[in-house]
Amino acid sequence: MKGGWFKVYTLVYLLFLYAPIIILPMFAFNDATVIAFPLTGFSIRWFEAMLVQPTLGRAVANSLEIAVTSAILSTIFGVFVARASTRYRFPMKTGLMGLIMLPLVLPEIIVAVSLLVVLLGLGINLSKFTVILGHVLICTPFTIAILSSAFQSLDQSLEEAAYDLGESAASTFRLIILPLVMPGIISSLLISFTISLDEFIIAFFLAGTEPTLPVYIFSQFRFPQAVPVIMALGTVLVCLSIVLLTIAEYFRRRGIAKSGGKDTGGFL
Amino acid sequence: MNESTTMIAFQDVQKYYGDYHALRGITAEIRAGEFFSLLGPSGCGKTTLLRTIAGFEGISSGAVMIDGRNMAGVPANKRPTNMVFQSYAIFPHLSVGENVGFGLRRAGLSKDDLAKRVGAALEMVGLSGFGSRAAHALSGGQRQRVALARALILKPKVLLLDAPLSALDKKMREQMQVELIRLQRQVGITFILVTHDQEEALVMSDRIAVMFEGEIAQLADPETLYRRPNSKRVADFIGTMNFLPAKVVSEQGGKIEVEANGFGRITLDAEQAAAAASGDAVVVGFRPETLTVLFDGQTASDRESMATIEEVVYFGDMTYYDVKIDGTETPIRISMRNVFGRPVLDIGDRTRVAWAPGALVLFR
Repeated sequence: MKGGWFKVYTLVYLLFLYAPIIILPMFAFNDATVIAFPLTGFSIRWFEAMLVQPTLGRAVANSLEIAVTSAILSTIFGVFVARASTRYRFPMKTGLMGLIMLPLVLPEIIVAVSLLVVLLGLGINLSKFTVILGHVLICTPFTIAILSSAFQSLDQSLEEAAYDLGESAASTFRLIILPLVMPGIISSLLISFTISLDEFIIAFFLAGTEPTLPVYIFSQFRFPQAVPVIMALGTVLVCLSIVLLTIAEYFRRRGIAKSGGKDTGGFL
Repeated sequence: MNESTTMIAFQDVQKYYGDYHALRGITAEIRAGEFFSLLGPSGCGKTTLLRTIAGFEGISSGAVMIDGRNMAGVPANKRPTNMVFQSYAIFPHLSVGENVGFGLRRAGLSKDDLAKRVGAALEMVGLSGFGSRAAHALSGGQRQRVALARALILKPKVLLLDAPLSALDKKMREQMQVELIRLQRQVGITFILVTHDQEEALVMSDRIAVMFEGEIAQLADPETLYRRPNSKRVADFIGTMNFLPAKVVSEQGGKIEVEANGFGRITLDAEQAAAAASGDAVVVGFRPETLTVLFDGQTASDRESMATIEEVVYFGDMTYYDVKIDGTETPIRISMRNVFGRPVLDIGDRTRVAWAPGALVLFR
């Protein structure tokens, strides 16, 4: 049987990857409080319970606010760095770039603890703002990586051509560079949004009295009766992730088609 | 347009990149309305020089004048020049029409006027009706035309072409060469072409500046460059040339007599006399087509030498013979047009070779 073992391997691999996620909606729609087979009956009461939890609503709102702000800020920083690193030469460039990318590999717990020490030392109160600071710090290396490749694939003579045809540096950026790196900007926004949304350690250390969604979920696991509600919440989040990813991919492909590039990489 | 007015003047232009001396004192004038080429091997500074005209490169000292105006401090977007880039730099997210009309965005034209101008520009380059097409769906030759239309629509005083034909295949390139010449005559704008292809430069240009290592080695019309190159290097870069060591025997009254092995004594024109003094060791050069392999029964009006055929390269319409003239060491190349019914000679054949003293060029 040609490739038989490979098929089995693939199947086991996919099962291992997705079985836990399939279990989420199973128990979310199950009638019982205890997470165990056999299933007892269909119910949407955990979703209803989820909707009336005020602390959950607060956590979702906090998370969205933090994720959107972090995504926008880290993408703006990413644009600056990517533009500078691909277009200009300056002393110490390699070293500086290395330092900027370092948070990518630093253990998050170290980053979180050091940030906490510094912020407390400076007398800054923990709030959503401090979480945003931490998230921008860890998201920016990702946005730089994504945006650098977008800026790098930009032919420099396109800029020169626009400038040569009478545009200013600013209008060249707006009319030529920005539209062409837009797919990169959108994926940078989405990636940093996702990273911030499910980041736990920094949020746990720096959130103060404003828990984010992951922190809230973690805290709820202390109460057994809350677990089915978490399952329901998880189901909603998985669905939202799929929708988000589909939208991101749609924009990415449209961007490539529009500029006539070749499709290399991407998520789907 | 008046042939004698100067459009561009370089006055001792120097350019350094750090320690690297990219342009070493360029002084030259380009006339209004001419098709001018900057020709040289890669790294000779021809593209840098072109970019100093466009304003993409600053200069370390000297001056670049366009139409009598010093361009120091004038940025690229305020100069009366437009460029066709090597990569064409077609904006991939815009349509063909939007690309061509890009430079008119600021002109404040009405929608109808803009469409009319874009349509006329597209027609000029043979792309009528392409306006609404996506730019990225075009072929290489079509991109080239869009880039031309986009640059010419602004009616610049000077059109700069940065090796625009190098990315095209041979057939397309030859077609575009002819079209560019036609277009240049039609619009009367000064064209400045950067190329490393000597044939392209010869075909298209009114005048050519041959550049080596940041300097202009010779600036002349194509015929002068080909027939009277001023250095061995220029001679070698433009076409093929045979070189033979020779010695100046006498020099008198503007005439110069040299002696080269296998060729005997040759008296050369007065115009070359200044190049050497009596007793000097010099080099004489001649193009492959200025020599003739004589077949049985043919007589030459010029001078003759005996030779042995060392190599035969058959090209269909042409045959290249590498022959060793009696009394010389290195074989020289002769190109012969093939004539129907006349046999191609073989390696080892003895033959007579005719040559005209007037075709010889003297080098130091």
